[in-house]
Amino acid sequence: MQHTIIDAKDVVIRFAGDSGDGMQLTGSLFADMSAIYGNSLSTFPDYPAEIRAPHGTVSGVSGFQVHIGSGEVNTPGDYCDLLVAMNPAALKANAKWCKRHAMILVDEDAFDASGLSKAGFKTENPFEELGVDDRTLLVAPITTLTIESLKDSGMDNKAVLKCKNMFTLGMACYIYNRPLEYIFQYLEKKFSKKHPEVIEPNKKVLKDGFNYAANIQLIANTYTVKPSANLKKGTYRNITGNQAAAWGLLAASEKSGLPLFCGSYPITPATAILEELAIHKSLGAKTLQAEDEIAGICTAIGASFAGNLAVTTTSGPGLSLKSEAMGLAVMAELPLVVIDVQRGGPSTGLPTKTEQSDLNQALYGRNGECPLAVIAAHSPSHCFDAAFQAAKIALEHMTPVVMLSEGFLGNGSEPWRIPQMKDYPEIKPPFVRGVPAEGEKFHPFERNSETMVRNWAIPGQKGYEHRVGGLEKNHNGVLSTDPQNHELMVSERAKKIELIAADIPELEIMGDPSNKSLLVVGWGGTFGHIWSAVEEIGNVAYAHFDYINPLPRNTEAVLSQFGKILVCELNSGQFADYLRARFPKMNILKYNKIQGQPFLVSELVEAIRKNM
Amino acid sequence: MANLTFKDFKSDQEVRWCPGCGDHAVLAALQRALPKVSQALNYDKERYVVVSGIGCSSRLPYYMDTYGFHSIHGRATAISTGIKVANPWLTVWQACGDGDALAIGGNHFIHAIRRNIDINIILFNNQIYGLTKGQYSPTSKFGAITKTSPYGTVEHPFNPGALVLGAKGTFFARSLDVELKLNEEIMTAAALHDGCSVMEMLTNCVIFNDGAHKNLSDPALKADNTIVLRHGEKMIFGKNRDKGLIYDGKKIRVVHIGEGGFTEEDILVHDAHTDNIGIHMALAEMKGPDYPVALGVIRDVKDITYDDGVRDQVKDVMAKSKIHCVDDLLHSGSTWEVE
Repeated sequence: MQHTIIDAKDVVIRFAGDSGDGMQLTGSLFADMSAIYGNSLSTFPDYPAEIRAPHGTVSGVSGFQVHIGSGEVNTPGDYCDLLVAMNPAALKANAKWCKRHAMILVDEDAFDASGLSKAGFKTENPFEELGVDDRTLLVAPITTLTIESLKDSGMDNKAVLKCKNMFTLGMACYIYNRPLEYIFQYLEKKFSKKHPEVIEPNKKVLKDGFNYAANIQLIANTYTVKPSANLKKGTYRNITGNQAAAWGLLAASEKSGLPLFCGSYPITPATAILEELAIHKSLGAKTLQAEDEIAGICTAIGASFAGNLAVTTTSGPGLSLKSEAMGLAVMAELPLVVIDVQRGGPSTGLPTKTEQSDLNQALYGRNGECPLAVIAAHSPSHCFDAAFQAAKIALEHMTPVVMLSEGFLGNGSEPWRIPQMKDYPEIKPPFVRGVPAEGEKFHPFERNSETMVRNWAIPGQKGYEHRVGGLEKNHNGVLSTDPQNHELMVSERAKKIELIAADIPELEIMGDPSNKSLLVVGWGGTFGHIWSAVEEIGNVAYAHFDYINPLPRNTEAVLSQFGKILVCELNSGQFADYLRARFPKMNILKYNKIQGQPFLVSELVEAIRKNM
Repeated sequence: MANLTFKDFKSDQEVRWCPGCGDHAVLAALQRALPKVSQALNYDKERYVVVSGIGCSSRLPYYMDTYGFHSIHGRATAISTGIKVANPWLTVWQACGDGDALAIGGNHFIHAIRRNIDINIILFNNQIYGLTKGQYSPTSKFGAITKTSPYGTVEHPFNPGALVLGAKGTFFARSLDVELKLNEEIMTAAALHDGCSVMEMLTNCVIFNDGAHKNLSDPALKADNTIVLRHGEKMIFGKNRDKGLIYDGKKIRVVHIGEGGFTEEDILVHDAHTDNIGIHMALAEMKGPDYPVALGVIRDVKDITYDDGVRDQVKDVMAKSKIHCVDDLLHSGSTWEVE
């Protein structure tokens, strides 16, 4: 067979298997290797909530999609060019994500009667049953070949079967002309200390997979994806949103000179932030794995009172549990960063799936008049800047700040041009200075008249003894139920949040601002998908909000230029309603998706075109 | 260091507890104990932080001229924990009630004890919800008639001492609001204890649960109904100091000295520092009519504290790691150049 190498602009590969098949690792290795090769890329882990769901069932399928390109890549891709399905259930769950001319690679050994029946297939031909028999099918006895490859390795059967994913990865590397060296290095680094005996067998399986794909003469075309020309010069690394968020907090700790304290309780999909911070004690970070979500935030509030940069991290249901304490931080006017990595709700909802449905909770989910700042991250690497900004606002404006991330961002990864800390601003909290004169009392809730921000005195400072707490107080810090005082304090706390707008960037119009008929609006993690759709359409304008409360100061000026505003979000229209309440005269429309999945670029293109 | 007196710890705020409330006496004891603590440990006043939850007793931070945090119901222990971990140099005192610390805040309470974080918890136990006007609490006696149990409760109360020791607490003391001198003594011991100190103060709510601890506080009864334990001293009590506690091989028993062949020699000597939590548990669980209620420092043992552990681990990792600033961190692991 004639073998042609096709130069592709971009390709999407989806690895899918049982949740124990190692598909997340396979996918990340492929992504890391491509990143180092110089591709732009975006990844999307799509995995079940169960650690090991019943073997071979559709509910136990774990997937990892990676989109690599030689140009700009903003999303993990709607549909894939190659689907790797390690068993019938993986095929069943993922066939719908295949492009028209996709290649489907399956492990023939798993497609026996039992496998087919566990996945709920009714016939012996699952491809026909799913209507994908016209795709390029690559049916390889991966299990048998892996066993054969390792028969002299001395490994037991269980360990041998764990190497199936390496065989598959080897095949994928052949199809996309990826060099194996990076994976060799990874294996050496990972196993050299604890399990040096598995390095060579894994390398062998990988090579055998690669060679098998080359030898079978079934693969007519292989592909290359050239290094991206769009990448700016610099040093790069891969980063997930959760890792970036943790690092952004450490950066804020460095720029403020305050030690970082994180009080958190494990919850999917936010846990990796706590885990990441727990590693970096070398930068002075203290992590406290609390007994519950409430203790997570309350220890953080205590740490804030004591003068640390205090953080708590969580996801939707955890944010609900923290509501009362967030109110306390608003009332005590203490800096606090609350990171909510949103997942499908309500209640326990869809723990491993993505959604943007905590916006209302972040904005309003507390008793009383209780405004606080809300900002959102728009890509995995942007979680770094978002966390840094959240900390900066919290510390300089003496307020809790909710940073909204999403499961899609937290677990997703992308190459990131490493910034330099000298390019980041100093963070300057409004500390009291000196020692008060003899007999002079510190008044904790007296404010800066321009920013409405109070001064911060930290326990241990001589002469500044004062009390804070949840009860209403006057400027002097004395309890007060005086009606006029309460109204004044409520309005001052609200004003303080509004005035943050002076410190945040203006809203930018992207795309084509000349077409005034429609403005596409998004916020948070939908950025990559909406931007890809806007670019594809060409003649439409787009504004993306990183700052939700307060809104950028030019928001009205931007929105009012357009006849219609289409707000695209992964909820029932919470941001659209928020904008409608502020700008009741504007024609604000909604485009929503609530399936626990990111938008598809194709569906956004269709929705936007319909409104043009 | 300033020579501090109780006046230094009195704030200018008007004390708003009911006249006759037991909390007044506990506040007074604390204001008297802290100058002594400051003397002993060379602490300045700005080093003290007083934290509370919600309830009558949680008003206490307003009456102390120190840094203070009057937080939300049940969460004082979590807030204290955060303060101490963030800045171990501070000395943290906490005021909380039986409903506050043992019902809504029960989880934080046991976990602070389990971690052995170096905070001083004064647990005001009046066996009732006072601020909400008279509902039963987790320490109300079985059958207690209150506004939410008009026919009597049908639930068992916590014995806070048993709860603390069950969570492997390193310091537990018990006293009565009216025992001003003993309370100063206990509070000073708690401050000197490196770890989580719990002081149960049996307080009287004159409005909703008056006389709840009368058997223990009434001058005519208390000598026979209580025993004050002091480390290294014999466990002797009674109006005529003729009763004592012995261990008969199975359990603790009350004996009359000079009767049944028991002499003072046979009476147990209190060892607050022993690791043996069983004996402390037995002492904490003693109650009438067969036993006197134990007051004083029941347990005071050394163990690793959480705040020291966190601090030392950070120091240790800092010394060993190659990552010393965020730029180092950003360039750690796999990176690559785009030319």
